[in-house]
Amino acid sequence: MKEEIIIAGFGGQGVLSMGKILAYSGLMQGQEVSWMPSYGPEQRGGTANVTVILSDERISSPVLNSYDTAIVLNQPSLEKFESKVKPGGTLIFDGNGFHKFPTRTDINIYRIDATEYAYANDTTKTLNMIILGGLLKIRPIVLIENVLKGLKKSLPSRHHHLIPMNEKAIQIGMSLIRKVE
Amino acid sequence: MSNSKKTDKEEVRLMKGNEAIAHAAIRCGCDGYFGYPITPQSEIMETLMEQEPWNTTGMVVLQAESETSSINMVYGAACCGKKSMTSSSSPGVSLMQEGISYIACAELPCVIVNVMRGGPGLGTIQPSQADYYQSVKGGGHGDYKLITLAPASVQEMADHTVLAFELAFKYCTPALILADGVIGQMMEKVILPPFQPRLTEDEIRKNTPWATLGKPANRKPNIITSLSLEAEEMEAINLRLQAKYREIEKNEVMFEEFSCEDAEYLVVAFGTSARVCQKAVEMARSEGIKAGLLRPITLFPFPTIALSNYADKVKGMLTVEMNAGQMVDDVRLAVNGRVPVEFYGRMGGIVPAPDEVLEALKTKIVKNN
Repeated sequence: MKEEIIIAGFGGQGVLSMGKILAYSGLMQGQEVSWMPSYGPEQRGGTANVTVILSDERISSPVLNSYDTAIVLNQPSLEKFESKVKPGGTLIFDGNGFHKFPTRTDINIYRIDATEYAYANDTTKTLNMIILGGLLKIRPIVLIENVLKGLKKSLPSRHHHLIPMNEKAIQIGMSLIRKVE
Repeated sequence: MSNSKKTDKEEVRLMKGNEAIAHAAIRCGCDGYFGYPITPQSEIMETLMEQEPWNTTGMVVLQAESETSSINMVYGAACCGKKSMTSSSSPGVSLMQEGISYIACAELPCVIVNVMRGGPGLGTIQPSQADYYQSVKGGGHGDYKLITLAPASVQEMADHTVLAFELAFKYCTPALILADGVIGQMMEKVILPPFQPRLTEDEIRKNTPWATLGKPANRKPNIITSLSLEAEEMEAINLRLQAKYREIEKNEVMFEEFSCEDAEYLVVAFGTSARVCQKAVEMARSEGIKAGLLRPITLFPFPTIALSNYADKVKGMLTVEMNAGQMVDDVRLAVNGRVPVEFYGRMGGIVPAPDEVLEALKTKIVKNN
């Protein structure tokens, strides 16, 4: 099994930490993982992205230009990465703030209105976990129990009481995501 | 410390390359780190500050007022036989060159980390490999060499920190870890090296009798300098340095081969470029092109003999670097015209993608055969 994922959005949407949680989940299930962030001027206000690779074998290049799955959380990221999803791959977008929508017909496109849900329910802090839930519903690449183990490993213990809230966000994401036909 | 030794030994962690260097430095008994922050390597000092090793091993972590200052603090600590290190990124390492030349001439061990970013000038903060010439062809003035290690993974960032200190002390010469923004910033699995205690002053006096730790009554003063006004004396120092570098070339070459056994085309790349090229080689193989990858792990000493041996086995070589073509000179010298050597590179902070490399391999090498 090998999954090459790009996650992209505005700085502050939790793109890098969502990638980190995926990477830790892969670690928990004994996989090879790589997490390569955009560390450039992006993180100072523009778009941020992270490439996460989970694999059963040694990972060669941590930097890619085509992906099995792209998760895009803003318009510039959709424009940058839609063309880079492998044919037959998966594109997930959060509909908030988009005025142009994906057009490719050779990939599977999913929409998750996580931002809208998070604002309506005052759960914006777990926005990225809602989206992660959406991903795991359609691409169950890591087990939820390994996500929770990963959270336990990566969060300082003073934040462990927040883990159930994150688990709930994953469940919400699983129910929110829907296929765009 | 001794309690954590057992539990930490085999634990697989997930961390950035920069963080791995910091943890490995503490664990290998480093006495002092002196640095000045610069992207993309700031996590090295940040992690050291977070870990507060002065409370555990007694290691000093100090933010100097500039890179010039930090390399000279390293010089001073190294004179005392201490395991000392600094880290920076390209523009900061340029500022250190005078000090590095002095340390090389004074024959002192130390470790320097360069997490390269795009240049020249202040350049950009994105990854680059454009300091190859600076690292292996001098950098500072005079005839000296740095043992230069080129890690290509987070695990190697940790392993090379330990190795760099070992080699630096073995040959009494500075060792450079030449990484780039990708290896510094990416997270991968890593097993950290076991804890080694810092040496006591008695152990330092015994292991490095040249160290200036205070003169006992029964020996002459130890004098450490890079200045000799007599030309004959200076030539003798140069001859000694050159003999040492030949010894390093004989003993310390390290490289890795990937699907080279039956290769008709050889890709040569180090660090991040080698990771990208490994994927390109996998893609080439899946299309029936018999490609292999040779990854120099030591850039000085360079795997000249290994490359020379491939000149008789392959039809062409492609060197891939994140610069305008620097290591390619050494590859060409190694094969000495016996096989065509072409170059593909990106500059200014751009990391080449695997399919770009595959395309370059096809158009520059395979097509011509």
